[in-house]
Order: sequence, then C-alpha cells, then structure tokens
Amino acid sequence: MHVPDGFFDAPVSVGAGVVAAAGLGLCLRGARRELDDRTAPLAGLVAAFVFAAQMINFPIGAGTSGHLMGGALAAVLVGPYTGVLCIAVVLLVQILFADGGITAYGINVTLMALVGVLVGYGVFRLVTAVLPTRRSTVTAASFLGAALSVPASALVFVGLFAIGGTTDLSLGAVAAAMVGVHLLIGLGEGLITAVTVGGVAAVRPDLVYGLRDAGRPLEIRKPQTTGA
Amino acid sequence: MSAGHTHRLHRPGDTPVHRLPPQCKLVAVLAFTLAVVATPRERMWAFAGYAALLALVAAVARVPPGFVARRMVVEVPFVLFAVLLPFVAHGPRVEVLGVAVSQNGLWAGWNILAKATLGAAATILLAATTEPRVLLLGLERLRMPALLTQIAAFMLRYADVIVGEAQRMRVARASRGFVARDARDAKVLARSLSALFLRSYERGERVHLAMLSRGYDGRMPVLRDTAASRAQWAAAAVLPLAAALLMTAAWMAP
Repeated sequence: MHVPDGFFDAPVSVGAGVVAAAGLGLCLRGARRELDDRTAPLAGLVAAFVFAAQMINFPIGAGTSGHLMGGALAAVLVGPYTGVLCIAVVLLVQILFADGGITAYGINVTLMALVGVLVGYGVFRLVTAVLPTRRSTVTAASFLGAALSVPASALVFVGLFAIGGTTDLSLGAVAAAMVGVHLLIGLGEGLITAVTVGGVAAVRPDLVYGLRDAGRPLEIRKPQTTGA
Repeated sequence: MSAGHTHRLHRPGDTPVHRLPPQCKLVAVLAFTLAVVATPRERMWAFAGYAALLALVAAVARVPPGFVARRMVVEVPFVLFAVLLPFVAHGPRVEVLGVAVSQNGLWAGWNILAKATLGAAATILLAATTEPRVLLLGLERLRMPALLTQIAAFMLRYADVIVGEAQRMRVARASRGFVARDARDAKVLARSLSALFLRSYERGERVHLAMLSRGYDGRMPVLRDTAASRAQWAAAAVLPLAAALLMTAAWMAP
C-alpha cells in the first residue's frame, strides 16, 4: 500500500522529498562501489524481481493481505546502496500503475526504500556480525532484517502522520493499527526474504551480496574481445 | 495490494496527446498534480473543474473512461480508509443521513479521496498515452541520473520476462492444487520466489552477454529523437496552466 497524493500536507511532502533526494544522491555515489556499468543489469533484474514478487499477495487474516516491500531482500542480494535505488525505481514505475502519488513519491521513497533498506540491512549486518558466518546465519539474518524493516517503516509512517497528516485521528490508534498489522506483514516479508535468500545462497552464493565477505567474490563474466 | 500490475498500461494511438514529447507530458502531469494537491479541500467546485480538465484530455487522447476506471482499482484500500475516516476521526460531529459523523473526518476523507483520485487519473492518462520506453527517454532528458534510468530500463525489459515466468509458476502451483490459505502457505510462495529469481537471473545473464556482444556500452542507443519544440511545450502547458488558474481562483474565492 503506497501513499497517494493529498494524504500528507505540503511541508511533510516537501521535507520527505528533500530527505529522499539526499538519500538517493548518497546511494548513487555508494552504488558506484557496489556496481559498475556491467553489473547494472543485475540491479535492474532485482528491481524487476521485486516488482514481480509484489504481485504475490499473502493473506494475513481478517480479509486483508500484504505484499512484499522488498527493501531487505534487494539490499541482501545487491547491496544496500543499490538496493535503495532498486526500490526507488520500483516505486517510480508503480506511480504509472496509479499505486502511490507523484507528489507523495518522496514520502514513499523515504518510507520504503530508505527506511526499509536501512533497517533491513542494518539488522542483517548486526546479526551476521554476531553469529558465525554460515548459510543458516545468512538466512536467519535476512529473516530478522526483513521482518523488522516492515514495522519500522510503519512507525516512520506514523511519525510523519503525527507531523503532517491531513486528518486528525488519535495517534495512539493509528500507531497501534499500523504497527500491529505490519508486524504480521513483517513475518510474511521475513519468511519470503529468508527463503529466497536461502535458496539463492544454496545454488549461486556468488549472487548474494550479503555473503560477499564470507565466500567467493561476485563473479562477473567479461566478454572475450581477443582470440577466436 | 497492487493487484492490477498485469494490465497493459499503454494504449497505442496517434492523437495530439500521444504525439507530445514525453518530457513535456511528465512536467505537465507533475505540475497538474501539484496544483491539485495545493487546492484547499473546501472548494469542491475546483476539484470538479480538475476532473473536467482530465476528462477533456482523455477525450482528446481517445482514452475511454472505463479504461481509466479499471486502472483505478489499485486505489481501493485508500478509498476504504477515506470512507472510514468520518466515523473514527475526532472533532465536532455533524449529522449525515441520521448518523453522527466527525466533520473533520468527513473533510479529511473527501480531501484524500479527491486528490488521490485526480492524481491517479492523471498518471493513468500519462501512462496510457506514452510508452514506458519513451517515458524513460523523457526522464533522461529531464536529467534523471543515468544509473537510475539504466536500472529502470533493465527493469522494464526484464519485467515481462519475470512476470511471464511467475505466471507459469503460478499456473503450475494451481494445477497441483495449491491455494494460499494462511500465513503458513507463504513458505511455498517463498520457495517459488527463490526459483524465480535464479531462473530470471540466469536468463538475464544470457541477455546481458548478448547485449555486450552487440556493442552495449552502458547506454541504450537513442533511436528516436525526443527533442521538444516550443509549440509542443506550449501545448503541454495548457493542462497545468488551466489547473493553476483554478487553484488560484480557489484560493482567492471568499
């Protein structure tokens, strides 16, 4: 569920836009270290993958369903900076599908790309730093990172709502509803992220950015220009 | 809750709206939406005016209302939220059809409903009249960072491939009797996701090698010049200017 136009007042929209722009600028710089021109297709693929994965809705009870946010998943697979860019691109394309408003793009990027990746990848790093580096650790860390990133985004949403929501609801009710629902969605997100990362790590560990320090470096096949 | 993503977005055509360069349309839609969002919520006639403007654009672009309406389905969760607001918000109460509801909530619900619907309709019209590939060229012209347009370009290219693969896997699951019932079933879906990622990645690798062997150097060759003339900018400015006039009138009105 993405924030549409008119949901937040102008100062919050503009403020979040500035935060989003600064964050994206930072990530564009950082992504150069994670990617070169040749591996940009991998980032595009992850973006397309998150986009496709978001079509799978999983039921969370009481008639509602949630779908993947993908921040933690993208960060673990391609690295945090590129992960933010991937989610930002996914959100941009979703505007065309009328999912999320143009003037709320800054808010959506802040909530889902920046906070989602920051918390998701932060928790992932913390867990992998504490536990021994093994594949099961990576799976568990992805689960925790993804599961916590969703309620964290919901909390930031509530915070923004407190500053500049265009409606006066009791804050406690909004916070309880948002965080409660998103704890459940987070479980689904964590499960999907963990099994996806686990599955990829089992077959192609070279594709998991989060395993980079642990095992072999990412294999980039370069075209042969001489010979033949 | 974005169930509508499999629909085709683009409606090919050859109308004045289709022919406008993408960067003009992008700026126009952004400016239009800004005007809508900046309008005070009590001026209902202004929102009717915006809707009429969009209807005019849709008529010129020959986009049928039903097409726009179908694409609006993504908005449903927020509509529910907006409908719920009058009953849960605080503030003084008013009677509507014999039910006491919050006046603030009523306005807030209307505010979200009107602005979100107009914003969504404007972007749907943009997507209906502009090919995604061409939109990217427009974004490039508006100086979006190259890395982002590159990721977006690859994403658009791979999206159909991945969606097709996901669709085949969904059919395979369904034909084996799988129905997602509760959270425990997420495990099955997650396993398909990891298989989906690997399959599409390995396909992407082959595509990338094929592109490299045809001379790809990190930028798509530009096959179509999308430079905009002054007349085209002026034509694109009609919609946001009319919206800006309406907005100004809404602020000035007593």
